[in-house]
Amino acid sequence: MKRVELIDVSKSYDKQVDVISNINVTIEPGEFFVLVGPSGCGKSTMLRMIAGLEEITGGTLKIGEKVANNLSPDKRDLSMVFQNYALYPHLSVQQNITFGLDVKKMKKEEQRKKANEVAEMLGLTEYLDRKPRELSGGQRQRVALARAIVSETPICLMDEPLSNLDAKLRAHMRSEIRRIQRSLGITMIYVTHDQVEAMTMGDRIMILHEGKIQQIGKPIDIYNYPANPFVATFIGSPPMNLAKAEFNPSTSELVIADELRLPVPIDEIGKLPRTSMTVGVRPENLYPITPETKAEDVFHVEVTNVEILGNETVFSFKLGGEEWMAKWSGQWHIDIGDRMPVRMEFESLSIFDEQSGELIKGTIDYGKYVKQQKVSP
Amino acid sequence: MKMGLASKIWIYFLLIATSAFVFFPVLYAFMISFMTGPEIIQGKFFPESISFENYSKVFSRLPLLSYLLNSFIVSVSVMLGQLVVCSLAAYAFVFFKFKGRDFIFFLFISTMMIPWEATMIPNVFTIRKLDWFNTYQGLTLPFFALAFGTFLLRQHFLTIPKELHEASQIAGLSRFRFFWRVVLPISKTSLVTLGAYGFLTTWNMYLWPLLITTNQSVRTVQIGLKQLQSQEIATEWGVVMAGVIVVIIPTLLLLFLGQKQLQKGLSQGALK
Repeated sequence: MKRVELIDVSKSYDKQVDVISNINVTIEPGEFFVLVGPSGCGKSTMLRMIAGLEEITGGTLKIGEKVANNLSPDKRDLSMVFQNYALYPHLSVQQNITFGLDVKKMKKEEQRKKANEVAEMLGLTEYLDRKPRELSGGQRQRVALARAIVSETPICLMDEPLSNLDAKLRAHMRSEIRRIQRSLGITMIYVTHDQVEAMTMGDRIMILHEGKIQQIGKPIDIYNYPANPFVATFIGSPPMNLAKAEFNPSTSELVIADELRLPVPIDEIGKLPRTSMTVGVRPENLYPITPETKAEDVFHVEVTNVEILGNETVFSFKLGGEEWMAKWSGQWHIDIGDRMPVRMEFESLSIFDEQSGELIKGTIDYGKYVKQQKVSP
Repeated sequence: MKMGLASKIWIYFLLIATSAFVFFPVLYAFMISFMTGPEIIQGKFFPESISFENYSKVFSRLPLLSYLLNSFIVSVSVMLGQLVVCSLAAYAFVFFKFKGRDFIFFLFISTMMIPWEATMIPNVFTIRKLDWFNTYQGLTLPFFALAFGTFLLRQHFLTIPKELHEASQIAGLSRFRFFWRVVLPISKTSLVTLGAYGFLTTWNMYLWPLLITTNQSVRTVQIGLKQLQSQEIATEWGVVMAGVIVVIIPTLLLLFLGQKQLQKGLSQGALK
């Protein structure tokens, strides 16, 4: 267990343009830290800088209490799992697992013991004598994992380790990796482009976009309080619906995309900017109407697409040139072209500053507490 | 793929005909090596009786065994030398990053365009200045650096995922140990291909040994064959052919043993 600290870290290939800049973050010992972002955002580069495979061109990297900028990869006390697993094709599973130990001149007897332990943990015992090409994708993945675990380093880096697996296996390996990380207490730095992986696995996640940190925080906080429209649309599936809006002081209504009018509670008026703004609403916060719904909260939309998933129904409609999506739980028999009544609440809106993109008002916390005994309807 | 009987017969006919055509000189030499002088002149294809007289003549007329040994020593040393030099050069070209790497590589490759004969004279002068006439190092050293071999191995090394290099860096493997423990074992087929190629070309070399050797101490078999021809006024072709057959045996052995690996190695570079 070791802390990893990045202070003002930046990276540039041509000494002019920074592909990564202003990275300030402290990854706590034993934490599962996820780096997430769209492809090309610099997340893998950052991981490789921590690993020592890429040079750090600005700032300081600390591993434990030591400055590690110029340490060679093997002096940084970490292990790494690659996207394509990077197994040695000419070595058996056993030799692959013990490769690092062999390099460190550990005794053969001890090597075998450790390999067997880890193989047992990951269900690889019967494959120890096989070559990597004789294994399935999931098994190779496990060998790569075993190689990282057996080295017993306090820090483990993973670069999209699950992206070559099929959906079912991926879900399984997600919980498996999480379980192992918890039981061994490793500091894990995990890179992915998949926001589901980020949400389900991370203690904290960092969202990167174009080489800059967008937000760092607990997954649920990021979901509820996205720092800017990019994060809002990146985290969550389907993504948050966004539209331009203006506040009309004479009627104290919020006019969304020149179409929808939503009354604003009096005590909220002061917080809204005078100029235009961007509002966002999560698909699950566009509700079906109930008999108690007040007429002014309802608006009608024309359905352009419907997906019935069994336990929930997602339909889309056009609003101010953007496609919006609503997610209703249960099965709804909606046809394309139907006009549907939809209810929206001011409380569940996220409002961002038009220029800076900063979050002005977040949604209310929908957490239905169990421990704190809050009764859910 | 399914073929009709007619097309199968046609294809096999073509294959047999062309292979017979290609193999005919060797076969004819094999036949001649058992014939007596008059038989050869009559232009027969099959000998009347199998006699080993020509073979015993070859061995008595020439120190063929010592020539064979010389050829073997020279070929094996060139093969090993090429493997060491080419694999190390290719490793540097693939896994080290340095300024002008690609330029140097293409400069290196472009030496393939220069015919060997053009560099031969300066090489002879160099060897003479070093006083390496009639020595094994004089026969072998000029062939250690081979642009083709470096190219072949580089192409194979390029197919090794860079993650393997990175993984071994994290494991703490030094550069040379990565080369020794990961790169070489993975590239076995290409190494075998290059080894066989180097061995065969050296075994068949004629001009260079002719220039470098002035006595029999390190002379190779190809020169021995030439000696058989010019020793008498009328060449005894039966004896010459017996010598040829003895000389090509190691070549054929190598081909049969390494055929599978050779095919794999040559096609691997092309396919990937």
